[in-house]
Amino acid sequence: MSRFRVAVHIVPRRGILDPQGKAVADALHTLGFNGVKDCHVGRHIVLDVDAADAKSADSNVRAMCQKLLANPITEDFEIASVNGL
Amino acid sequence: MKFGIVTFPGSNSDYDAYHAVVDGIGEEAIYLWHKDHDLQGSDVIILPGGFSYGDYLRAGAIARFSPIMHEVAAHAAKGGPVVGFCNGFQILCEAGLLPGVLLRNASLKFVSQWVKLRVENNDTLFTNAYEKDSIITIPVAHGDGRYTADDETLDRLEGEGQVVFRYVSSPGDADEWWNPNGSMRAIAGIINDQGNVLGMMPHPERAFDPLIGPPHGLGVFKSMLAAVRA
Repeated sequence: MSRFRVAVHIVPRRGILDPQGKAVADALHTLGFNGVKDCHVGRHIVLDVDAADAKSADSNVRAMCQKLLANPITEDFEIASVNGL
Repeated sequence: MKFGIVTFPGSNSDYDAYHAVVDGIGEEAIYLWHKDHDLQGSDVIILPGGFSYGDYLRAGAIARFSPIMHEVAAHAAKGGPVVGFCNGFQILCEAGLLPGVLLRNASLKFVSQWVKLRVENNDTLFTNAYEKDSIITIPVAHGDGRYTADDETLDRLEGEGQVVFRYVSSPGDADEWWNPNGSMRAIAGIINDQGNVLGMMPHPERAFDPLIGPPHGLGVFKSMLAAVRA
């Protein structure tokens, strides 16, 4: 058993109204960052998990996303990184 | 008739629900602690408003794993009435007892105001005391009330009469959809396929005493009473 640090990105699914993302984009435009064309605000979750190997740490966290960390109706997730500790 | 009101850490409308049951319709109400496994013979389960678990992760996402939710789901599966007001609606959606999800208000602002609802279906366990298409005034108080589901789900809900309350602008202008949170199709409350689970963002339990406003919320409680006793 080894310990891994797994990072997950969870973002609102494209096409679903994301008022928070829009408000941030509007604020960036106000600051003069006119190159910003779209913005989505989500969550970044970091977990330290014990698992047999990196692959099973990845699949464990994937299951956690499907059951709790992300809402499958409105959010998408991706495993950003899996690093041995 | 016995109403069981579940108290989660962060519930704040459990006392309102108790008050509505005991003083509004003169029935028995008990509090059920979220860590318990016993519904104590309750005929109806109320998941009250509030901010269970501080709305951490997503509103209702953690409360759905509270121990008592096993029994609540079993009660619903047997056809027992379950209602969720506000945070209770969010919990029912997260638990999969109702379809869809409630997202941050489109305005990004917390809304606390009296709103007008149209009773879209009065042939339910929860709305039989109302006239169909009647306009009722009930308060809302939430930050995450934007009902969201895919088109297929929305069409099914509409087709099966599962949309029971919709936000409208005013009695004289009932055809114009208007809503305080950006809900898809201005949906304020829905029931499940079997018709025994209701979720709604507005607070009928805060609208039964004429002292503070029109007692239009009483109909939800009277409807349950009539249906369960029948």
